[in-house]
Amino acid sequence: MNREQKDYILNFLEQGVRFDGRKLEEYRPIKVERGFSENAEGSAKVTIGNTEVLAGVKLSVDEPYPDTPDGGTMMINVELLPLSNPNFEPGPPGIQAIEIARVVDRGIRESESIDTKKLCIKKGEKVWSILVDICPINDDGNLFDASTLAVVAALQNTKFPSYNGNIVDYKKKTKESLPLRKLPVSCTVIKIDNYFIVDPTPEEEKKIDSRLTVEVEEDGTLCALQKGGDKPLTAEDIDKMVGIGIEKSKELRKFL
Amino acid sequence: MGKLLVENKTIVTPGEELAEGMDFLPAEGTFRDKDKIIASGLGLVNINGRLIKTISMAGRYIPKRGDTIIAKVTDILMSGWILDIASAYSAVLSVKEAKDFIRRDADLTKYYDIDDYIITNIIRVTSQRLVDVSMKGPGLRKLIGGRIIKANSNKVPRIIGKGGSMVSMIKQATECSITVGQNGIVWISGSPEKEIIVVKTIKKIEQEAHISGLTDRIKTFLEKETNKKINIEKVE
Repeated sequence: MNREQKDYILNFLEQGVRFDGRKLEEYRPIKVERGFSENAEGSAKVTIGNTEVLAGVKLSVDEPYPDTPDGGTMMINVELLPLSNPNFEPGPPGIQAIEIARVVDRGIRESESIDTKKLCIKKGEKVWSILVDICPINDDGNLFDASTLAVVAALQNTKFPSYNGNIVDYKKKTKESLPLRKLPVSCTVIKIDNYFIVDPTPEEEKKIDSRLTVEVEEDGTLCALQKGGDKPLTAEDIDKMVGIGIEKSKELRKFL
Repeated sequence: MGKLLVENKTIVTPGEELAEGMDFLPAEGTFRDKDKIIASGLGLVNINGRLIKTISMAGRYIPKRGDTIIAKVTDILMSGWILDIASAYSAVLSVKEAKDFIRRDADLTKYYDIDDYIITNIIRVTSQRLVDVSMKGPGLRKLIGGRIIKANSNKVPRIIGKGGSMVSMIKQATECSITVGQNGIVWISGSPEKEIIVVKTIKKIEQEAHISGLTDRIKTFLEKETNKKINIEKVE
Protein backbone atom coordinates (compact mmCIF):
# COMPACT_ATOMS: atom_id res chain seq x y z
CA MET A 1 0.00 0.00 0.00
CA ASN A 2 1.20 3.42 -0.92
CA ARG A 3 2.30 5.45 2.10
CA GLU A 4 1.84 8.89 0.52
CA GLN A 5 -1.73 8.18 -0.49
CA LYS A 6 -2.50 7.04 3.04
CA ASP A 7 -0.90 10.15 4.53
CA TYR A 8 -3.02 12.24 2.22
CA ILE A 9 -6.21 10.54 3.42
CA LEU A 10 -5.07 11.00 7.03
CA ASN A 11 -4.53 14.69 6.39
CA PHE A 12 -8.15 14.88 5.28
CA LEU A 13 -9.40 12.91 8.28
CA GLU A 14 -7.47 15.21 10.61
CA GLN A 15 -9.57 18.09 9.29
CA GLY A 16 -12.72 16.06 9.79
CA VAL A 17 -13.60 15.50 6.13
CA ARG A 18 -13.51 12.55 3.82
CA PHE A 19 -12.66 12.44 0.12
CA ASP A 20 -16.30 12.78 -0.87
CA GLY A 21 -16.97 15.63 1.55
CA ARG A 22 -18.70 13.56 4.21
CA LYS A 23 -17.97 13.78 7.92
CA LEU A 24 -16.19 10.84 9.53
CA GLU A 25 -19.31 9.27 10.97
CA GLU A 26 -21.69 10.00 8.16
CA TYR A 27 -23.43 7.54 5.87
CA ARG A 28 -24.12 8.19 2.22
CA PRO A 29 -27.81 8.46 1.27
CA ILE A 30 -29.56 5.15 1.88
CA LYS A 31 -32.56 3.83 -0.02
CA VAL A 32 -34.44 0.59 0.59
CA GLU A 33 -36.84 -0.76 -2.04
CA ARG A 34 -38.88 -3.79 -1.09
CA GLY A 35 -40.47 -6.37 -3.39
CA PHE A 36 -37.94 -5.90 -6.14
CA SER A 37 -38.29 -9.36 -7.66
CA GLU A 38 -41.64 -10.93 -8.52
CA ASN A 39 -40.46 -14.50 -8.49
CA ALA A 40 -38.82 -14.45 -5.08
CA GLU A 41 -40.94 -14.88 -1.98
CA GLY A 42 -39.34 -11.74 -0.62
CA SER A 43 -36.79 -9.32 -1.99
CA ALA A 44 -35.24 -5.94 -1.43
CA LYS A 45 -32.77 -3.63 -3.10
CA VAL A 46 -30.60 -1.42 -0.95
CA THR A 47 -28.55 1.46 -2.23
CA ILE A 48 -25.98 3.22 -0.09
CA GLY A 49 -24.47 5.95 -2.26
CA ASN A 50 -23.52 4.09 -5.43
CA THR A 51 -23.42 0.70 -3.75
CA GLU A 52 -26.36 -1.44 -4.81
CA VAL A 53 -27.22 -4.77 -3.28
CA LEU A 54 -30.11 -7.09 -4.11
CA ALA A 55 -31.35 -9.73 -1.68
CA GLY A 56 -33.89 -12.40 -2.50
CA VAL A 57 -35.60 -14.93 -0.24
CA LYS A 58 -36.80 -18.33 -1.43
CA LEU A 59 -38.81 -20.70 0.74
CA SER A 60 -39.01 -24.44 0.33
CA VAL A 61 -40.19 -27.39 2.34
CA ASP A 62 -37.32 -29.58 3.49
CA GLU A 63 -36.34 -32.09 6.11
CA PRO A 64 -35.02 -30.49 9.31
CA TYR A 65 -31.53 -31.10 10.66
CA PRO A 66 -31.39 -34.03 13.10
CA ASP A 67 -30.31 -31.79 16.03
CA THR A 68 -33.26 -29.41 15.60
CA PRO A 69 -36.16 -31.60 14.46
CA ASP A 70 -38.71 -28.86 15.18
CA GLY A 71 -36.81 -25.88 13.77
CA GLY A 72 -36.81 -24.38 10.30
CA THR A 73 -33.50 -23.82 8.55
CA MET A 74 -31.87 -20.77 7.06
CA MET A 75 -29.04 -20.37 4.64
CA ILE A 76 -27.45 -17.17 3.37
CA ASN A 77 -25.39 -17.08 0.24
CA VAL A 78 -23.46 -14.22 -1.30
CA GLU A 79 -22.35 -14.11 -4.88
CA LEU A 80 -19.94 -11.32 -5.71
CA LEU A 81 -20.64 -10.76 -9.36
CA PRO A 82 -17.84 -9.54 -11.63
CA LEU A 83 -20.48 -7.09 -12.86
CA SER A 84 -20.27 -5.21 -9.59
CA ASN A 85 -16.52 -4.85 -9.29
CA PRO A 86 -13.77 -5.69 -11.82
CA ASN A 87 -11.76 -7.32 -9.03
CA PHE A 88 -14.38 -9.99 -8.43
CA GLU A 89 -13.82 -13.25 -10.29
CA PRO A 90 -16.57 -15.58 -11.43
CA GLY A 91 -16.57 -19.08 -9.98
CA PRO A 92 -16.88 -20.51 -6.49
CA PRO A 93 -17.22 -17.91 -3.71
CA GLY A 94 -13.98 -16.48 -2.38
CA ILE A 95 -12.97 -15.36 1.10
CA GLN A 96 -14.75 -12.02 0.83
CA ALA A 97 -18.06 -13.53 -0.29
CA ILE A 98 -17.96 -16.17 2.43
CA GLU A 99 -17.14 -13.57 5.07
CA ILE A 100 -20.08 -11.34 4.10
CA ALA A 101 -22.44 -14.32 4.02
CA ARG A 102 -21.30 -15.53 7.41
CA VAL A 103 -21.45 -12.12 9.07
CA VAL A 104 -24.99 -11.49 7.78
CA ASP A 105 -26.00 -15.03 8.73
CA ARG A 106 -24.54 -14.65 12.22
CA GLY A 107 -26.38 -11.40 12.83
CA ILE A 108 -29.73 -12.90 11.93
CA ARG A 109 -29.11 -16.22 13.67
CA GLU A 110 -27.73 -14.82 16.91
CA SER A 111 -30.33 -12.09 17.27
CA GLU A 112 -32.88 -14.90 16.88
CA SER A 113 -34.75 -12.75 14.40
CA ILE A 114 -36.61 -15.66 12.94
CA ASP A 115 -38.73 -17.80 15.21
CA THR A 116 -37.57 -21.08 13.70
CA LYS A 117 -40.00 -23.16 15.80
CA LYS A 118 -42.87 -21.56 13.89
CA LEU A 119 -41.37 -22.75 10.61
CA CYS A 120 -41.96 -26.37 11.62
CA ILE A 121 -44.69 -28.12 9.65
CA LYS A 122 -44.28 -31.67 10.99
CA LYS A 123 -41.68 -32.37 13.65
CA GLY A 124 -38.71 -34.31 12.35
CA GLU A 125 -40.11 -34.50 8.83
CA LYS A 126 -41.05 -31.21 7.24
CA VAL A 127 -39.99 -27.66 7.96
CA TRP A 128 -39.80 -24.48 5.94
CA SER A 129 -36.27 -23.71 4.86
CA ILE A 130 -35.24 -20.16 4.07
CA LEU A 131 -32.67 -19.53 1.41
CA VAL A 132 -31.39 -15.98 1.04
CA ASP A 133 -29.28 -14.87 -1.90
CA ILE A 134 -27.33 -11.65 -1.85
CA CYS A 135 -26.15 -10.12 -5.11
CA PRO A 136 -24.23 -6.88 -5.19
CA ILE A 137 -25.01 -5.07 -8.42
CA ASN A 138 -22.49 -2.33 -7.83
CA ASP A 139 -19.74 -2.39 -5.23
CA ASP A 140 -18.89 1.13 -4.15
CA GLY A 141 -17.80 0.09 -0.68
CA ASN A 142 -19.51 -1.07 2.49
CA LEU A 143 -21.04 -4.30 1.23
CA PHE A 144 -21.42 -5.56 4.81
CA ASP A 145 -23.94 -2.98 5.97
CA ALA A 146 -25.77 -2.90 2.66
CA SER A 147 -26.09 -6.71 2.63
CA THR A 148 -27.47 -6.95 6.16
CA LEU A 149 -29.93 -4.18 5.48
CA ALA A 150 -31.02 -5.83 2.22
CA VAL A 151 -31.48 -9.24 3.82
CA VAL A 152 -33.50 -7.90 6.75
CA ALA A 153 -35.70 -5.85 4.41
CA ALA A 154 -36.17 -8.88 2.14
CA LEU A 155 -37.15 -11.05 5.12
CA GLN A 156 -39.70 -8.43 6.15
CA ASN A 157 -41.07 -8.47 2.63
CA THR A 158 -41.36 -12.28 2.48
CA LYS A 159 -44.75 -13.94 2.08
CA PHE A 160 -45.21 -17.70 2.30
CA PRO A 161 -46.22 -19.45 -0.93
CA SER A 162 -49.30 -21.62 -0.72
CA TYR A 163 -48.66 -25.17 0.43
CA ASN A 164 -51.20 -27.99 0.42
CA GLY A 165 -49.21 -30.44 2.51
CA ASN A 166 -47.65 -31.97 -0.55
CA ILE A 167 -46.48 -29.43 -3.06
CA VAL A 168 -45.57 -25.78 -2.80
CA ASP A 169 -47.32 -23.56 -5.32
CA TYR A 170 -44.89 -20.73 -5.92
CA LYS A 171 -47.32 -18.98 -8.24
CA LYS A 172 -49.69 -18.28 -5.35
CA LYS A 173 -48.51 -16.22 -2.43
CA THR A 174 -50.39 -16.27 0.87
CA LYS A 175 -50.69 -13.22 3.11
CA GLU A 176 -48.65 -14.84 5.83
CA SER A 177 -45.30 -13.24 6.64
CA LEU A 178 -42.25 -14.79 8.23
CA PRO A 179 -42.29 -15.06 12.03
CA LEU A 180 -39.86 -12.21 12.68
CA ARG A 181 -38.88 -10.81 16.05
CA LYS A 182 -35.88 -8.62 16.85
CA LEU A 183 -34.14 -7.45 13.71
CA PRO A 184 -30.41 -6.83 13.55
CA VAL A 185 -28.77 -3.87 11.86
CA SER A 186 -25.11 -3.91 11.02
CA CYS A 187 -22.71 -1.00 11.16
CA THR A 188 -19.14 -1.45 10.05
CA VAL A 189 -16.72 0.87 11.80
CA ILE A 190 -13.34 1.38 10.18
CA LYS A 191 -10.16 2.36 11.92
CA ILE A 192 -7.51 4.23 9.93
CA ASP A 193 -4.61 5.34 12.09
CA ASN A 194 -6.41 6.97 15.03
CA TYR A 195 -9.59 7.83 13.20
CA PHE A 196 -12.86 5.97 13.14
CA ILE A 197 -15.09 6.20 10.12
CA VAL A 198 -18.26 4.48 8.91
CA ASP A 199 -19.51 3.59 5.43
CA PRO A 200 -16.14 3.44 3.66
CA THR A 201 -15.69 4.01 -0.07
CA PRO A 202 -13.47 1.57 -2.01
CA GLU A 203 -10.54 4.00 -1.74
CA GLU A 204 -10.84 3.99 2.01
CA GLU A 205 -11.42 0.24 2.16
CA LYS A 206 -7.99 -0.26 0.60
CA LYS A 207 -6.33 1.74 3.34
CA ILE A 208 -8.01 0.44 6.48
CA ASP A 209 -6.00 -0.70 9.48
CA SER A 210 -8.88 -2.67 10.94
CA ARG A 211 -12.62 -2.89 10.76
CA LEU A 212 -15.28 -4.04 13.16
CA THR A 213 -18.75 -4.97 12.02
CA VAL A 214 -21.15 -4.35 14.88
CA GLU A 215 -24.59 -5.93 14.65
CA VAL A 216 -27.16 -4.47 16.97
CA GLU A 217 -30.71 -5.35 17.96
CA GLU A 218 -33.43 -2.79 18.38
CA ASP A 219 -32.81 -2.20 22.11
CA GLY A 220 -29.08 -1.72 21.54
CA THR A 221 -28.06 -5.28 22.44
CA LEU A 222 -25.08 -6.55 20.50
CA CYS A 223 -25.78 -9.74 18.61
CA ALA A 224 -22.67 -10.22 16.52
CA LEU A 225 -19.22 -8.81 15.89
CA GLN A 226 -16.71 -9.38 13.16
CA LYS A 227 -13.19 -8.04 13.15
CA GLY A 228 -11.23 -7.62 9.93
CA GLY A 229 -8.11 -5.88 8.69
CA ASP A 230 -4.45 -6.47 9.41
CA LYS A 231 -3.88 -4.47 12.57
CA PRO A 232 -4.97 -5.33 16.12
CA LEU A 233 -7.49 -3.35 18.17
CA THR A 234 -7.12 -2.33 21.81
CA ALA A 235 -9.94 -2.69 24.32
CA GLU A 236 -10.56 1.08 24.19
CA ASP A 237 -10.75 0.95 20.40
CA ILE A 238 -13.38 -1.76 20.55
CA ASP A 239 -15.31 0.20 23.17
CA LYS A 240 -15.34 3.25 20.96
CA MET A 241 -16.19 1.35 17.79
CA VAL A 242 -19.06 -0.52 19.40
CA GLY A 243 -20.32 2.84 20.71
CA ILE A 244 -20.26 4.33 17.22
CA GLY A 245 -21.87 1.18 15.83
CA ILE A 246 -24.78 1.32 18.29
CA GLU A 247 -25.28 5.03 17.68
CA LYS A 248 -25.22 4.69 13.89
CA SER A 249 -27.43 1.59 13.87
CA LYS A 250 -30.30 3.80 15.11
CA GLU A 251 -29.98 5.81 11.93
CA LEU A 252 -29.98 2.68 9.77
CA ARG A 253 -32.95 1.20 11.60
CA LYS A 254 -35.16 3.99 10.31
CA PHE A 255 -35.05 2.33 6.90
CA LEU A 256 -36.52 -0.95 8.15
CA MET B 1 -16.85 14.24 -57.48
CA GLY B 2 -17.66 12.32 -54.30
CA LYS B 3 -20.87 12.65 -52.40
CA LEU B 4 -21.41 13.11 -48.68
CA LEU B 5 -24.17 10.90 -47.30
CA VAL B 6 -24.37 12.43 -43.82
CA GLU B 7 -24.30 15.92 -42.41
CA ASN B 8 -21.59 17.20 -40.16
CA LYS B 9 -22.12 16.53 -36.42
CA THR B 10 -24.79 13.86 -36.78
CA ILE B 11 -24.64 10.70 -34.71
CA VAL B 12 -23.78 7.60 -36.70
CA THR B 13 -23.68 3.92 -35.86
CA PRO B 14 -21.01 1.40 -36.92
CA GLY B 15 -21.51 0.31 -40.51
CA GLU B 16 -23.26 3.46 -41.60
CA GLU B 17 -22.13 4.81 -44.96
CA LEU B 18 -20.72 8.30 -44.60
CA ALA B 19 -19.53 9.23 -48.08
CA GLU B 20 -19.10 7.94 -51.59
CA GLY B 21 -16.22 8.46 -53.95
CA MET B 22 -12.46 8.63 -53.67
CA ASP B 23 -12.33 12.37 -52.88
CA PHE B 24 -12.92 11.79 -49.20
CA LEU B 25 -10.37 10.28 -46.85
CA PRO B 26 -11.14 8.04 -43.88
CA ALA B 27 -9.70 9.18 -40.54
CA GLU B 28 -10.24 7.99 -36.95
CA GLY B 29 -13.31 5.80 -36.45
CA THR B 30 -13.95 5.27 -40.15
CA PHE B 31 -12.64 2.99 -42.89
CA ARG B 32 -12.82 2.72 -46.65
CA ASP B 33 -14.68 -0.11 -48.38
CA LYS B 34 -14.13 0.18 -52.16
CA ASP B 35 -15.34 3.70 -52.91
CA LYS B 36 -17.36 4.18 -49.74
CA ILE B 37 -16.37 5.53 -46.36
CA ILE B 38 -18.00 3.66 -43.50
CA ALA B 39 -18.19 4.40 -39.78
CA SER B 40 -16.48 1.86 -37.52
CA GLY B 41 -17.63 3.34 -34.24
CA LEU B 42 -20.61 5.03 -32.66
CA GLY B 43 -20.17 8.77 -32.46
CA LEU B 44 -20.47 12.22 -33.94
CA VAL B 45 -19.35 12.72 -37.54
CA ASN B 46 -16.75 15.35 -38.01
CA ILE B 47 -16.03 16.50 -41.56
CA ASN B 48 -12.93 18.55 -41.95
CA GLY B 49 -12.33 19.35 -45.61
CA ARG B 50 -11.84 15.97 -47.24
CA LEU B 51 -11.22 14.15 -43.96
CA ILE B 52 -14.08 12.30 -42.33
CA LYS B 53 -13.84 10.99 -38.79
CA THR B 54 -16.19 9.98 -36.01
CA ILE B 55 -15.72 11.29 -32.50
CA SER B 56 -16.75 8.66 -29.99
CA MET B 57 -18.79 9.74 -26.99
CA ALA B 58 -18.00 6.83 -24.69
CA GLY B 59 -15.58 3.97 -24.41
CA ARG B 60 -12.18 3.24 -22.97
CA TYR B 61 -9.12 5.24 -23.77
CA ILE B 62 -7.22 4.26 -26.91
CA PRO B 63 -3.51 5.00 -26.50
CA LYS B 64 -2.00 7.40 -29.01
CA ARG B 65 1.60 8.45 -29.53
CA GLY B 66 2.41 11.78 -27.94
CA ASP B 67 -0.38 11.71 -25.36
CA THR B 68 0.50 12.76 -21.85
CA ILE B 69 -1.34 10.47 -19.49
CA ILE B 70 -1.56 9.59 -15.81
CA ALA B 71 -0.73 5.95 -15.15
CA LYS B 72 -0.60 3.65 -12.17
CA VAL B 73 2.27 1.25 -11.55
CA THR B 74 0.87 -2.26 -11.34
CA ASP B 75 3.98 -4.42 -11.58
CA ILE B 76 7.74 -4.22 -11.59
CA LEU B 77 9.83 -6.04 -14.18
CA MET B 78 13.55 -6.81 -14.38
CA SER B 79 14.08 -3.67 -16.40
CA GLY B 80 11.02 -1.54 -16.07
CA TRP B 81 7.51 -1.04 -14.80
CA ILE B 82 4.10 -2.15 -16.02
CA LEU B 83 1.52 0.60 -15.94
CA ASP B 84 -2.25 0.65 -15.88
CA ILE B 85 -3.27 3.41 -18.27
CA ALA B 86 -7.06 3.05 -17.92
CA SER B 87 -7.18 1.43 -21.32
CA ALA B 88 -7.66 -2.07 -22.64
CA TYR B 89 -3.88 -2.28 -22.95
CA SER B 90 -1.18 -1.81 -20.34
CA ALA B 91 1.95 0.22 -20.93
CA VAL B 92 5.61 -0.42 -20.18
CA LEU B 93 8.06 2.10 -18.81
CA SER B 94 11.59 0.88 -19.41
CA VAL B 95 14.44 1.88 -17.08
CA LYS B 96 16.07 3.50 -20.10
CA GLU B 97 13.13 5.87 -20.31
CA ALA B 98 13.18 6.80 -16.62
CA LYS B 99 14.10 10.33 -15.64
CA ASP B 100 17.57 9.59 -14.28
CA PHE B 101 20.11 6.95 -15.14
CA ILE B 102 19.35 3.78 -13.19
CA ARG B 103 22.10 1.25 -12.48
CA ARG B 104 21.55 -2.35 -13.45
CA ASP B 105 21.29 -3.74 -9.93
CA ALA B 106 19.19 -0.89 -8.52
CA ASP B 107 16.02 -1.48 -6.54
CA LEU B 108 13.33 -0.23 -8.91
CA THR B 109 10.78 0.25 -6.13
CA LYS B 110 12.89 3.21 -4.93
CA TYR B 111 11.94 5.07 -8.10
CA TYR B 112 8.37 4.02 -8.74
CA ASP B 113 6.63 1.55 -6.46
CA ILE B 114 3.46 -0.44 -7.06
CA ASP B 115 0.35 1.75 -6.72
CA ASP B 116 2.28 4.95 -7.44
CA TYR B 117 0.76 7.30 -9.97
CA ILE B 118 2.96 8.98 -12.56
CA ILE B 119 2.51 11.54 -15.30
CA THR B 120 4.07 10.07 -18.38
CA ASN B 121 4.19 10.42 -22.12
CA ILE B 122 3.39 7.78 -24.73
CA ILE B 123 6.32 7.44 -27.12
CA ARG B 124 5.29 4.37 -29.08
CA VAL B 125 2.19 2.36 -29.86
CA THR B 126 2.84 -0.68 -32.05
CA SER B 127 0.33 -2.32 -34.35
CA GLN B 128 0.02 -5.02 -31.71
CA ARG B 129 -0.95 -2.31 -29.22
CA LEU B 130 2.19 -2.58 -27.14
CA VAL B 131 2.48 0.80 -25.48
CA ASP B 132 5.82 2.31 -24.46
CA VAL B 133 6.02 5.40 -22.32
CA SER B 134 8.77 7.74 -21.25
CA MET B 135 9.46 10.00 -18.29
CA LYS B 136 11.83 12.21 -20.26
CA GLY B 137 10.25 15.57 -20.77
CA PRO B 138 9.08 18.63 -18.88
CA GLY B 139 6.39 18.06 -16.28
CA LEU B 140 6.65 14.27 -16.33
CA ARG B 141 6.97 13.04 -12.77
CA LYS B 142 5.70 10.89 -9.97
CA LEU B 143 2.58 12.25 -8.26
CA ILE B 144 2.89 12.71 -4.54
CA GLY B 145 -0.19 13.23 -2.41
CA GLY B 146 -3.37 14.47 -3.98
CA ARG B 147 -6.21 12.38 -5.19
CA ILE B 148 -7.04 10.59 -8.41
CA ILE B 149 -10.41 10.65 -10.07
CA LYS B 150 -11.42 8.89 -13.23
CA ALA B 151 -13.29 10.71 -15.97
CA ASN B 152 -14.43 9.62 -19.40
CA SER B 153 -11.41 9.94 -21.68
CA ASN B 154 -13.64 11.15 -24.53
CA LYS B 155 -14.59 14.18 -22.45
CA VAL B 156 -11.02 15.20 -21.71
CA PRO B 157 -11.00 17.94 -24.40
CA ARG B 158 -14.05 19.49 -22.67
CA ILE B 159 -12.43 19.31 -19.24
CA ILE B 160 -9.29 21.00 -20.55
CA GLY B 161 -11.19 23.50 -22.70
CA LYS B 162 -9.90 25.57 -25.60
CA GLY B 163 -6.22 26.19 -24.98
CA GLY B 164 -6.63 24.94 -21.42
CA SER B 165 -9.22 27.63 -20.58
CA MET B 166 -11.60 25.38 -18.65
CA VAL B 167 -9.00 23.76 -16.45
CA SER B 168 -7.30 27.07 -15.68
CA MET B 169 -10.67 28.53 -14.72
CA ILE B 170 -11.17 25.70 -12.23
CA LYS B 171 -7.63 26.18 -10.98
CA GLN B 172 -8.18 29.90 -10.53
CA ALA B 173 -11.45 29.42 -8.69
CA THR B 174 -10.33 26.66 -6.36
CA GLU B 175 -6.58 27.20 -5.99
CA CYS B 176 -6.01 23.49 -6.49
CA SER B 177 -3.30 21.92 -8.63
CA ILE B 178 -4.98 19.88 -11.34
CA THR B 179 -3.45 17.62 -13.96
CA VAL B 180 -5.66 16.05 -16.59
CA GLY B 181 -4.27 13.01 -18.41
CA GLN B 182 -5.42 12.30 -21.95
CA ASN B 183 -6.60 8.91 -20.66
CA GLY B 184 -9.21 10.56 -18.44
CA ILE B 185 -7.38 10.21 -15.15
CA VAL B 186 -7.32 13.49 -13.27
CA TRP B 187 -5.05 14.34 -10.36
CA ILE B 188 -6.15 17.00 -7.90
CA SER B 189 -4.34 18.43 -4.92
CA GLY B 190 -5.50 21.25 -2.70
CA SER B 191 -7.43 21.91 0.48
CA PRO B 192 -10.15 19.34 1.31
CA GLU B 193 -13.24 21.47 0.66
CA LYS B 194 -11.79 22.94 -2.56
CA GLU B 195 -10.91 19.48 -3.89
CA ILE B 196 -14.52 18.43 -3.44
CA ILE B 197 -15.62 21.39 -5.56
CA VAL B 198 -13.16 20.35 -8.29
CA VAL B 199 -14.54 16.80 -8.29
CA LYS B 200 -18.10 18.12 -8.54
CA THR B 201 -17.14 20.49 -11.36
CA ILE B 202 -15.46 17.76 -13.38
CA LYS B 203 -18.47 15.46 -12.96
CA LYS B 204 -20.68 18.32 -14.13
CA ILE B 205 -18.53 18.94 -17.20
CA GLU B 206 -18.62 15.24 -18.03
CA GLN B 207 -22.40 15.18 -17.84
CA GLU B 208 -23.06 18.38 -19.71
CA ALA B 209 -20.20 18.28 -22.21
CA HIS B 210 -22.51 18.04 -25.20
CA ILE B 211 -24.76 20.99 -24.25
CA SER B 212 -23.60 24.34 -25.62
CA GLY B 213 -22.68 27.23 -23.35
CA LEU B 214 -20.67 24.94 -21.12
CA THR B 215 -18.05 27.46 -20.08
CA ASP B 216 -20.62 29.99 -18.85
CA ARG B 217 -22.51 27.36 -16.89
CA ILE B 218 -19.35 26.07 -15.27
CA LYS B 219 -18.34 29.65 -14.47
CA THR B 220 -21.63 30.34 -12.66
CA PHE B 221 -21.41 26.97 -10.94
CA LEU B 222 -17.90 27.67 -9.68
CA GLU B 223 -18.83 31.19 -8.58
CA LYS B 224 -21.75 29.80 -6.61
CA GLU B 225 -19.65 27.06 -5.03
CA THR B 226 -16.69 29.24 -4.10
CA ASN B 227 -18.58 32.52 -3.45
CA LYS B 228 -16.02 34.34 -5.47
CA LYS B 229 -16.10 36.26 -8.73
CA ILE B 230 -14.17 34.65 -11.55
CA ASN B 231 -12.39 36.94 -13.90
CA ILE B 232 -12.69 35.17 -17.23
CA GLU B 233 -10.39 37.62 -19.09
CA LYS B 234 -7.60 36.66 -16.79
CA VAL B 235 -8.20 33.03 -17.66
CA GLU B 236 -7.83 33.50 -21.39
